[in-house]
Amino acid sequence: MAVVTRLTGDLEAAEDAVQDACALALAKWPAEGVPSSPGGWLAGVARHKALDRLRREARRAEKEMAAFRREPAPPAGEPGLGEPGLAPGETGLALGEPGAAGDRLGPADDELALIFMCCHPALDPDARIALTLRCVCGLPTAEIAAAFLVPEPTMAQRLVRAKRKIRMAGIRLRLPEREDLPQRLAAVLRVGYLVYTQGHTAPAGPDLVREDLCDQAIRLARALTALLPGEPEAAGLLALMLLTDARRAARTGDAGELVLLSDQDRGRWDRAKIAEGDALLERALRAGRPGPYQLHAAIAACHSCAPSAEQTDWREIAALYGELLRYEPTAVTEANRAVAVAMAEGPAAGLAILDNLGEHPRLATWPQFHIARAALLRQTGRHGDAAAAYRAALRLGLSEPQRAFIERQLAGVSRGRRS
Amino acid sequence: MKYMFLLYGPDLPEPGTPQARKLLEDWTVARQAMADAGVLIDCAPLQPVSASTTVRVRNGETLLTDGPAAEIKEVFGGFTLIECDGLDDALKWAARIPTAHDGKVEVRPVIQVAS
Repeated sequence: MAVVTRLTGDLEAAEDAVQDACALALAKWPAEGVPSSPGGWLAGVARHKALDRLRREARRAEKEMAAFRREPAPPAGEPGLGEPGLAPGETGLALGEPGAAGDRLGPADDELALIFMCCHPALDPDARIALTLRCVCGLPTAEIAAAFLVPEPTMAQRLVRAKRKIRMAGIRLRLPEREDLPQRLAAVLRVGYLVYTQGHTAPAGPDLVREDLCDQAIRLARALTALLPGEPEAAGLLALMLLTDARRAARTGDAGELVLLSDQDRGRWDRAKIAEGDALLERALRAGRPGPYQLHAAIAACHSCAPSAEQTDWREIAALYGELLRYEPTAVTEANRAVAVAMAEGPAAGLAILDNLGEHPRLATWPQFHIARAALLRQTGRHGDAAAAYRAALRLGLSEPQRAFIERQLAGVSRGRRS
Repeated sequence: MKYMFLLYGPDLPEPGTPQARKLLEDWTVARQAMADAGVLIDCAPLQPVSASTTVRVRNGETLLTDGPAAEIKEVFGGFTLIECDGLDDALKWAARIPTAHDGKVEVRPVIQVAS
């Protein structure tokens, strides 16, 4: 996609060309065999398809002529978008010389430029996520729609509108200038983070985890970390994802039910992922430029290296959430800090912070807030209030495993009151 | 590409006041920067909406109304037309317009009509 978008300067045209190429591959590969570099083959064919299209339309509009003249060098076995074999040096250089970032970019830079384009702050935030999943991760529109709980035509419309805005507003496929990089990178990382969280705790449906979304988010973060080796927050985001994802298998029981962090079989945590996340985080922190994703990752690392919930360094976690408040001064961060404080200093201390947050409108729609509050109320013996908090959570959008978990807790509270 | 900046902000200060002088200075700087960069096509403030007349032609009949086309809180008070390579450049210039600091600048791409 990136290579062809560079050529056409138009996402819709690029998408058509890539689809043509895939159709041709489906027709040819079964008979003739898969070429040695499938990605390169697809990119090459898509380029030709796009060029054909451009030639047909070139007479009509000057804009396409301009794109025509920007034709890049032939793709001699260049890696396609699906292959992570990117040379990090290529991109570091291009970003160092933003003036040169115009026309002589390699395919790795094209992929990075495509990511920045899809996550452009001039686009609607929801559209950025959808566009990234469609054009960078290659997810079909139907799956993106399913992941974000909207009808497919709505999602298709959102994608069309975003692509049209890119074309009409003149959002270019290019790397941001150095002075703009912090803001632009933050927008990109945010998209990656939101894709991951959407996958990590599905907002509805039969499964707690949407593994495809988690995998896509990790792939995106991996690409970003390789493309921007000098950006500790990119590595921080990847570390956060890996450290959290390491618990994936332990987060659900045999029947798909939700298992809380404190009750998880830590033997089922993926040690390789934890080690990779830890190493990434350590390297990122050494850059001395902390940020919210490194802090989130540091919190996840506290959990990963603890042998049990009780032996977790909750004081450190509470302190890290306190630090995180500087970047994300939100009720959600404060609520998370409250839970850590409750573990370090007892349920009453945590409950005081949560109740201080009161009826915050954003928290009221966040199931985890009610679940956490209910657990603390239960620990302090306020069973009636705990039951009310669980019921408040049940009124919100939940995946089925989450719903079943809360119902089990609610039944437990009721038994506790009777005994 | 050409971009029209639609400038929405508070009413212009009274001529001769320190605020008016400051605004003029800020505009001179922004205008000069755009001219030096070769992106500026034209820019101008507009007389207040009390001087505007809205024209509609319906069924061949021209209808005139005193005042602006849409009643909004912030006044459409001026425009800037630039030509540059893409949205990122345009947004940078828009941020340097004084109106962006006490009002809003809407960046609208201009459709190129073949002559």
